[in-house]
This record gives sequence, C-alpha cells and structure tokens, in this order.
Amino acid sequence: MKTENPRAWLLVLPVILLVAFNALIPLMTVVNYSVQETFGNNVFFWQGVDWFEQVLHSERFHDALGRQFLFTGIILAVEIPLGVAIALAMPRKGIWVPICLILMSLPLLIPWNVVGAMWNIFTLPDIGLMGYGLNWLGIDYNMTQSPLAAWVTLIVMDVWHWTSLVVLLSYAGLVSIPDAYYQAAEIDGASKWSVFRYIQLPKMKQVLMIAILLRFMDSFMIYTEPFVLTGGGPGNSTTLLSIDLVKVALGQFDLGPAAAMSLIYFAITLLVSWVFYTIMNKDVKE
Amino acid sequence: MNLELKDVAKRVGAEMHIHETNLVLEPGEFNVLLGATNAGKTTLMKLMAGLDSPTAGSVLYGGVDVTKTPPQKRSISFVHQFFINYPHLSVRDNIISPLKLSKMSDAEINKRLEATVDLLRLGPMLDRKPHELSGGQQQRCALARALIKDSTAVFLDEPLANLDYKLREELRAELPSIFADRGSIVVYATSEPAEALMLGGHTAALNEGHIAQFGATSDVYRTPVNLTAAEVFSDPPLNTISVKKYDGCIHLSETLSWPAEGTAQHMPDGNYTLGVRPHFVRATGHGDSAIELNGRIQVTELSGSESVAHFSMGGGTWVSQANGLHPFKVGEHHHFYLDSSKCFYFDSHGQAVR
Amino acid sequence: MAKIKLDNIRHSYYPNPSSDDDFALKRVHFDWDDGGAYALLGPSGCGKTTLLNIISGLLEPSHGKLLFDDNEVTSLSPSERNIAQVFQFPVIYDTMTVYDNLAFPLRNRGVDEARIDVKVREISSMLEIDDLLLTKAAGLSPDNKQKISLGRGLVREDVNVIMFDEPLTVIDPHLKWKLRSKLKELHQKVKTTMIYVTHDQTEALTFADQVVVMNFGQVLQVGTPDALFERPEHTFVGHFIGSPGMNVLPVEIVDGQVSLGGHFLEVSSPIVEAEGKSLEIGVRPEFVRIAEQGIPATVVNVMDVGRHKVLQTLVGSQKVFAVLNEDQPVPEGSTYLTFDKPQTRLYKDGWLVDLTYEYEVL
Repeated sequence: MKTENPRAWLLVLPVILLVAFNALIPLMTVVNYSVQETFGNNVFFWQGVDWFEQVLHSERFHDALGRQFLFTGIILAVEIPLGVAIALAMPRKGIWVPICLILMSLPLLIPWNVVGAMWNIFTLPDIGLMGYGLNWLGIDYNMTQSPLAAWVTLIVMDVWHWTSLVVLLSYAGLVSIPDAYYQAAEIDGASKWSVFRYIQLPKMKQVLMIAILLRFMDSFMIYTEPFVLTGGGPGNSTTLLSIDLVKVALGQFDLGPAAAMSLIYFAITLLVSWVFYTIMNKDVKE
Repeated sequence: MNLELKDVAKRVGAEMHIHETNLVLEPGEFNVLLGATNAGKTTLMKLMAGLDSPTAGSVLYGGVDVTKTPPQKRSISFVHQFFINYPHLSVRDNIISPLKLSKMSDAEINKRLEATVDLLRLGPMLDRKPHELSGGQQQRCALARALIKDSTAVFLDEPLANLDYKLREELRAELPSIFADRGSIVVYATSEPAEALMLGGHTAALNEGHIAQFGATSDVYRTPVNLTAAEVFSDPPLNTISVKKYDGCIHLSETLSWPAEGTAQHMPDGNYTLGVRPHFVRATGHGDSAIELNGRIQVTELSGSESVAHFSMGGGTWVSQANGLHPFKVGEHHHFYLDSSKCFYFDSHGQAVR
Repeated sequence: MAKIKLDNIRHSYYPNPSSDDDFALKRVHFDWDDGGAYALLGPSGCGKTTLLNIISGLLEPSHGKLLFDDNEVTSLSPSERNIAQVFQFPVIYDTMTVYDNLAFPLRNRGVDEARIDVKVREISSMLEIDDLLLTKAAGLSPDNKQKISLGRGLVREDVNVIMFDEPLTVIDPHLKWKLRSKLKELHQKVKTTMIYVTHDQTEALTFADQVVVMNFGQVLQVGTPDALFERPEHTFVGHFIGSPGMNVLPVEIVDGQVSLGGHFLEVSSPIVEAEGKSLEIGVRPEFVRIAEQGIPATVVNVMDVGRHKVLQTLVGSQKVFAVLNEDQPVPEGSTYLTFDKPQTRLYKDGWLVDLTYEYEVL
C-alpha cells in the first residue's frame, strides 16, 4: 500500500543519521586518504589517482586478490553443497529437531578470534590434538612450514565455522515445503533426485541465494581467523586481501596506497554483491 | 449517528480502485457491500474505517469530518475474514481486551462481558484459549471483542467466508439479532447474494469500484436500476439475452416471441437486453406467462435441495435453477419455462426500463 | 482403473485403542465400482481425510483390508498403488513449464517422448489449457494450477483412482462452479474412478453419482444425491444436506402414536418404542406447510432468500423451519403447521427406524 504521509520520512531519519556516521563519513575519510600522500602531522599532498594506478599494477595486490578469490571460491564450493546436504539429512519432526538446531548453531556463537586461537592450538604438531594425531599417523603436517597445510587448515576451519549458517538457512527453506508436495511427487513416481531438483531446490533457492551472498561477503572480507591462525604465512601464502591491507596500512603505514586498496576492495565486493542481488530479484519477479 | 461518504475516491497509481462514491449509511440495520472478489468491498470498507485514506473526498461520522482521523480515535470495530484472536489470552481476556485500555471500572467491564457473552453464547468457553475452540466459536469470540465496546461503526469483512457452510448458516441466522438495537452502523462485506438477502437491511451492489445501486436489500434485488446491479445480485449468474421489441411483442428470435407485459408494454420499440434470474427459468411449466424454451443441457449442479442446469439454445447460454433434484443429463435436450412476467429489460446503456 | 473394496477398515491413531472413541475411523465396509464418481462428504473432523489417506496409501489402517480389483494393497505405498491425487492447495513444479509438469509422471515412468507428447496434448486440450503449455507453471492462477495438478493424474493411463482433497478451497467463488462442472464433464469422458472429498454439499452432490456421508468417524449413509435428500437415513444426513437442513424434533410414543409435545403426528415410518434411546422425527423445511389448523407455532423470523422465504418458527421451545414460495403470504405471530406425511420419518438414536440394512457399529 502506498503511503502519502510525509511524516513517515521522519521515522527513517535516525537510520539515515546512523548510516552517515558509521558508513558514509568513514568512507569519505578513506576516499580523502586515497588521493593524497601524508607523512603524519596532518600534512597532506595531492596525489590524484597515483595510488590507484600503483595498487592496480602491483604484483603483490594481484597475488593477494588471486588468493582471495581462490579462498572464497573453495569456501563456497564446499560449504554450500555440504550445508544443503546436511540440511536435507536433518530430521523434520520430533525431539531431534531442537537438538540438531542447537548443535548446528554452536560454531556460530564462538567469537572469531577464539575460533582462530582454538584451531591454532588444535593444529600444533606437538600438543594439538589434530596436529599430533596427523603426524602420529605418519602424515607430515605442519602448517607453519607447509603452505598447503596452511591452506587446508584455513579452509577446514572456515567450513567448520560457517557451514552451519548454510545448514540453518537451507533447513528453514526445507521445512516450509508443505507435505502435499512430497506426497504428490511420490504419486507422480518421482525419484529422490527429482524431488530434490524440482521441489526442494526451487523452494530453497531464495534462502540459498541469501546464504551464498552472506558467505561470499564474509569470506571475502575474512580477517580475524587467518590472522590469528597463520598470520598470513608461511611466507605470503595465506595473505588474503584484508591481511595484506592491514600490513600495508599499519605495518608500513602507507596510508595512501592502503586507502586506495581498500576502495578497490570495496568496489569489488560491491560489484559482486550487486550481481547477486540482481539475479535474486530477477528470480523473484519471475 | 450516520456514516457518510462524500465524493470519496481511491486511486492507486493510474488505477482507480474506488470511483467517486457518495453514500449515507444509517445505524441499526445491516449495510451490506455486495460484490465479487476485487469489486472493491474491502477497499471501500477500509476507507470508511480509516484504515486507508481516500485520494479524494471526505468521510463523515455524524456530520463530523473524520477523513484525517486515525482509526484508533474513531471508535470502530473491525472483524476480518480470518479469525483474529490473541492466541495466548483466554477467551475472556480476548473479549475484554478492547476495554482494558479504557479507564472503565471492573464492575462495568464485567457487566458488559456478561451481556456480550450471553448474546454470542460463549459462556462455557470463557476460560479456554482460542485454539481450543471450533472455527465458529473463534469467530464468535472475535465478534464479541468487536461488540463489547460501543463502537460508532462495526465493520465485518466477509466474517463467515472461512467457516463450514453449516456453521455459516447458523451464525448468519444469528447475526441480525445480535446487532439489533445497538445503534452502531454495521457494514458487512460479502460476495454471496444469498447472504445479503438473508441479512436484510440495505445493500450496495459493487462492481469494479463503482456502486451500481444502493438501497433496501429487497428493492435492490427485486427492482435493479441497471444491468450491473442485477448481475451482481444474482447467483447462479443472471440470464442476459438480446431481444427486440416491435408490434407490441418481445422477440427473442425469429420464431420465439410473446406479448409485452408490465413495464415492457410502455417501452419504445428497439433493441433491449432481457435479464431474468435463473429460478424464473423453470424445469416445469407454470401458469400463463410461461414461455417454453428447448435447450441442450451443458452442465448440471446439485445442491441439497435444488438443481441448477446450464443449457444452450440458439447460440446463447441459459441457466435454470429448480427446486428439488432433477435428473438432468448432460447432452440431452430438455424443456424449460421462462416466466415472462419476471423479466427485467435494460436499454443499450444498461439502464433498467421503468 | 479398478474396483475398490474397503473391507472392515478401522483406524486408530493410538497404539492400543481401548474404546470406540479412540478410533478416528470406526468401521468402514463397502465397495466402490470401477469408473464411478464418488464423494466423501462430512464436516471437519468426521474422519473423511483419514479414510482418504488410507485409500491413497499415505496411512496404513490399524484394522481391515483395502483391495483394488481383488488385490490387497493395504500396505503398498502410494506410487505402488497407481493412484493420483489433487490436493487442497495446488501442487505444481514451479520451475517447469506446464508441458513439463504434465509430462513429469510419464517421464518418471520411462515413457517415450513421442507417446508423452500425444498424451500431454490430449489432456491439455481436455482441460482447455493448450495455450498455456509453454508458460512457466509458477505464475498461473490457482484454478489453472489446480487443472495442472489434475492433469498430472489424467495423463497416466494406468491410474486406478483419482482422488480430490477439497480441491476448490483456494479457487475464487465465481470460478468454482466452472471448475466443478468441468470435473464432472471430465469424469464422463475418462471414466476413471474418482473420489472427491469435501465438506461442501454442492460440490459433493454435483460431482458424485454416489455420496458417502460421514460423521463421528463412521459412514452414515451411502446414496445418490436424490436419496440423501429424499430419505436421509440418519438425522445428521438430514441436517447436513439441504439449506436449511432437516427439522429434527424429539417426540414420544403415546398409545402407539407419535406425539410432538402433546400433538399427534402421522409419520411414514413404522412406529417403534424408544427403549431408553432418543426418538425424533425428521421433516425437511420444504415439506412443512402453513395451515389453518395443526401444530401451533410462533413465527420468530423470516429470511428472504430471493427465490423463496425461510420461515423460522418455534414449536414449544423447538426451532422449526419452513420454506415458503416467493409469492406466498408470510404469517405473523401465531400460526399452525402441518408436516407432509410421506416425508416425515421417525429416527431412533439418530438412525432411521426402517433401514433396510443396518450398519454394525463395532
């Protein structure tokens, strides 16, 4: 229904102010930094788009960006199918429902830096359960030395931490399907795959798109866990975009390039999210 | 106190949901808004109640303009098609909830509760929760909540639509007596012509956001002023057939005609639309004014005590509604008898010939 | 297509039913002929959905057997029974086109595409949805969706029975009669056994050749629409079918005659003693007349239904309805009623006293 009362805008005002304070103003500050050079003391020199050019042409940035896309790609490829599969396997009725739901939400309740610290200790070759166990089995595992081990650990950790979110969202989509659909499919002689393909997947599509979008944004901006777990190492092998960004900004105090980098970073996130959003809306209209 | 709509219209985007409407509703009797789904019943009702505001015109309660007054300040009650009760409150608390906010004394509240509960026969259920009640009882509870405060206006938006038809029958028979002598303006929306007839009072026949006719229910039913009003107020659908008048006779086809009678005697020669309700197209002969029709049965329907047959004749489709169960067989030919004294005639603008 | 035999079926949702009340379905025992159009009619909670689920295979009855053409199917799954069902809310495959929806049950059964094409086109023209074949099913109106659900049943040649579970619930009132008559027409064309479950008398009587009226978890009467109206075998049937329903009035037997509050009545049934059970007469409002003398009554209310009027009167403290013609004068205040004898019957414990057969209850 259409509203004609101009006072309605007043109600939105606090949100606009809030957004201005915590998003727009910091963003403008970053834009300000990205086109200038400073050596501290609030003295600035105009640089134009130099920083952007430098960042876009730097191999270091390309590597970090590549690693970032690889990481996000693997995360999505593992977590989405796994999450859907777990949701499909979960019971729909009975006392196991709340138990499963609570178990599923547990990883989501743990603070991110704790997750990193937990896995750091868990994987230590000398005292960590997993690290020691793997080495005892004869697998040479040390993520502070082997980049492959570091990557595997990082991915396993993220999967452990975030698959539940996909499970919970998919599950919500699944339970909203009326029984009649399953009964009709059975009567139509549909196979399990057909039931999934033509009933469950279409009904889950909406929430699944949201899950993918959330997982994309979160994994693309991931910082705390890899920082605590590997610190970006060994070498630069797990230096994702955000870690690189912090290294440039705080480690080297190159505020200009760091600001330019974060704006490019922001633009990429925005672009991909927008693409997702458009696809989702297109589907809704159909 | 009456309720008046003055030039009220509602436009949403480029679409007119309610065309300019003038209407005065009086308290004490049912005011039925009758029309098909999407005819604008609910929209019109929301405009009256203040749940939606008109894009033009004004709404007056007792001569006072309330167009800009929010519904909370208008002293109204609204009962929806779906039984809306507070699920966590007992029936008693549900019913008295509208009074809780007012500064009414407990004694007064109890007095009113008792009266309302008696009226709606909810006595034994007061301590139950809404989900422990049947559909009919839940809707009675919602009605009780609407009745307990002395509202200026009570709006009932198809309140019986979601009940089994037997319950609908029972509650419909009770409704007029429940609202009698209350002094509230009662507005009742329905899509069923039979319901409008049984409730009596006044009826506004609505079609596509227009009020085709407003008046005493039996007048609107028996003397529709235009084709739209006659069609809105007919279930099964009104039979409409093009006829010609000349030589003092009504001609349905080259071979079928009969002498004009009643209002039709005085209307000038020309083309008209004949409208006749299905129950005047009988399955058995009846008196002098019976015109014999011979049709091929297309569809038949049976309800408990009557039969409806759709038949085709000379390119047109007719509907007949007969008392009792008739063993019509689809595809067979059958004689029907049109009662020519019960026909309406409409001119080329759809206006009834008087 | 198949003949369906319900052999002493009873069902309880409790593991160890101890009394009659524990049974959602008390005892159902009758046959349905191959190719018939049947309706299960009753109010909500009468057991009709339980019975439907037992026939479709979604529920296994705790007692009794179900046979399709003399083959026991009691514990077979819905797909093994070769049945089709149209649900209360339309079930369609959103992502598929109408064509693919109709083809789905055949593809699942490995029918070759050429054959599928012939069947789909045949059914779509029967349902008058040819022009929708290539559109996505998701955006269709409820009546068209419901036609597709039905089409998925019709498209299969091996279907034993098509069941309808209140299929018109979500259909706009003004389209209902169209779909209702369409179903009837389809049945006459395809001659598959069809069972239609509803609480709406018009839907049941219009659709079915034989109507099964249920309440209290049991079958009260199986009969043609005519029989249900003319000769209700249980007071509930009389009450439930017809608007307003049959007048049911408690009576006594005095000196071998039926007495309604001291007034003697003639009935068409044999007169029996109450023997501690309830004794009532039933007479439909259509057969109650206004007269110069007879049973004294007070006029309470008149409802104008357009084509006739419904007069509500009180005889003693009992409500009695009478149907008057549109042109008939309406009495006011006190009046007298008479009941047509052939249509006034005696009911004992709810049941018609001269039933030609008897339903055993447990």
